[in-house]
Amino acid sequence: MAFIAELWAFIKERKKFWLLPVIVVMVLFGGLLVLAQGSAVAPFIYTLF
Amino acid sequence: MRILGISAFYHDSAAALLVDGVIVAAAQEERFTRKKHDPAFPKNAIEYCLEEAGITMADVDYVAFYDKPFLKFERLLETYLAFAPRGFLSFKTAIPVWMKEKLFQKDFLRKEFKKYDPDFDWMNKLLFAEHHQSHAASAFYPSPFEEAIVLTMDGVGEWATTSVAIGRGNKLEMVKEIHFPHSLGLLYSAFTYYTGFRVNSGEYKVMGLAPYGQPKYKDLIMEHLIDVKEDGSFRLDMSYFNYATGLTMTNQKFADLFGKPVRGREGEELEQFHMDIAASVQAVTEEVVLRLTRSLAEEYGIKNLCMAGGVALNCVANGKVLRDQAFENVWVQPAAGDAGGALGAAMTAHYHHKGEPRVADTGKDFMRGSYLGPVYEQADIEKRLTEAGAVFEVLSDEDTIAATADAMAAERAIGWMQGRMEFGPRALGGRSIIADPRSPKMQKILNLKVKYRESFRPFAPSVLREDVAQWFDLDGDSPYMLMVADVHKDKQKEMTPQQEALFGIEKLNVPRSDIPAVTHVDYSARIQTIHEDTNPRFYGVVKAFKERTGCPVSVNTSFNVRGEPIVNTPEDAFRCFMGTELDNLVVGNCFLKKEDQDKKLKLDYKNAFELD
Repeated sequence: MAFIAELWAFIKERKKFWLLPVIVVMVLFGGLLVLAQGSAVAPFIYTLF
Repeated sequence: MRILGISAFYHDSAAALLVDGVIVAAAQEERFTRKKHDPAFPKNAIEYCLEEAGITMADVDYVAFYDKPFLKFERLLETYLAFAPRGFLSFKTAIPVWMKEKLFQKDFLRKEFKKYDPDFDWMNKLLFAEHHQSHAASAFYPSPFEEAIVLTMDGVGEWATTSVAIGRGNKLEMVKEIHFPHSLGLLYSAFTYYTGFRVNSGEYKVMGLAPYGQPKYKDLIMEHLIDVKEDGSFRLDMSYFNYATGLTMTNQKFADLFGKPVRGREGEELEQFHMDIAASVQAVTEEVVLRLTRSLAEEYGIKNLCMAGGVALNCVANGKVLRDQAFENVWVQPAAGDAGGALGAAMTAHYHHKGEPRVADTGKDFMRGSYLGPVYEQADIEKRLTEAGAVFEVLSDEDTIAATADAMAAERAIGWMQGRMEFGPRALGGRSIIADPRSPKMQKILNLKVKYRESFRPFAPSVLREDVAQWFDLDGDSPYMLMVADVHKDKQKEMTPQQEALFGIEKLNVPRSDIPAVTHVDYSARIQTIHEDTNPRFYGVVKAFKERTGCPVSVNTSFNVRGEPIVNTPEDAFRCFMGTELDNLVVGNCFLKKEDQDKKLKLDYKNAFELD
């Protein structure tokens, strides 16, 4: 829960409410990828971080 | 007040500890784990910092982390959104890492710190600074200036890739930024990738390769890849790059522009083409940095400049900024890369967050020579070396210096481990390989038999501060080896037309000066000035060498082999000594000769580390 509260505080601070639906969709989609993938290995290109 | 700064999870994890504003300790995690650029939580570095100060985590008032994960995630999402549906492959690779780990960094940090102190008050004690704020803080607060322009340039942090701040006293105010994907660091990394080196560590090699080439492609780069304005601000044409959405740095259009595909790593020969490409991107980088510094000097009328961020490790560009004299004084943070972010985060917490006063009026910086890492007492060294099976003599202080200088003069390659370990990527006489720079064969010996690295890479000189102007075109301090200048005209040797015509790397074997081992093909050298007050022992050895030979200069390269982190402990030093063709090892007052050692302890270091 603390994580959600922090994310909300971040969005409020940055005034990026428009990002909220994007985050929800991407996080859901990302969640599916995580479930499908099993292990997460950091990619080589560092801009991805 | 005690503040612990941390950088971690991307590359070059590190920890730094401030006690009442004084940098008590700082070290990179890779030195302890022996994994180059180790990105892990810097457990060992933290423990070392606490031990150095004789405190526990319960005594720490604040922990400061060097970037803001949510802001990075925001940049990532907005980038994917902007480029969608391109970038799906990259999204698919990156998002699981974020979903599993990176989004929950605060929670992870909290759990880690609870291991040290179960009562750790993470709501109030854990602070976060922005990536470029950390870099800027690491450049300004330890600098010798009361007031300065602070320029930070790197690949990318959260959004910023280049930022300008003004530092005054304990205040540091960001005034402008250039945002991702437009990045000078990533432009350089793109060429690092294109020339077949590893992104994020091979940039030095591109810089070292540049003097072999001609900047034939500079105009092509300026015309197509980067639009640089008069004030140094710039935009990249992203249609040539793949890093925003792909898993490589450049794309086919980039390769088509230069007419050759990406060089395969290690397999393919380096050709004159790659040297010309390196020279071209180096020239573009210098042009952008000089335009930036000139316009900043004019706009703000401040005489001091501080720099940090990965691009500030481009010492050739730094040397040009210094000689350009747009600023009277230039100071570069020795740990300019992400490791230095740990220090910057701690300093941001101390000065910016807590508003502690800062006075810089001594003319000296606050880095203490960057000798901020572990030190080993003589008795401990003897015990450790004995357990490792080493055969050594214990000499007096004077005899240690004399024996080392004698060995140098006899063209022996020496592993030199003394005092505290350096913080930052450069060895500065604490964990160095030192040798006679006058020897025409030394460069080849060190590259091929000691460091096991590419033969085109030059070595750096360390010179007594008082003698620098007689030997190099530099008359100032360069204690952190972050300034490049030419070997003095009087010491240069002209090449014959036949020698001039030699192919790139062959030229390196032609003695071009009185100190050929540290003179690059264009007569340049990456200089460290040695100061008696910060490293009296190293100063003593080079002074003794000067008394014997008239030469106040030593070869100084990091004490490691290619791909290995710089040695930390006496055991690391002994292993590296036994794994290479170093002739002597000097640790504290212990003096070792290779011929005395048990041959059974010889190691194969040539293939011991993954190539960088």
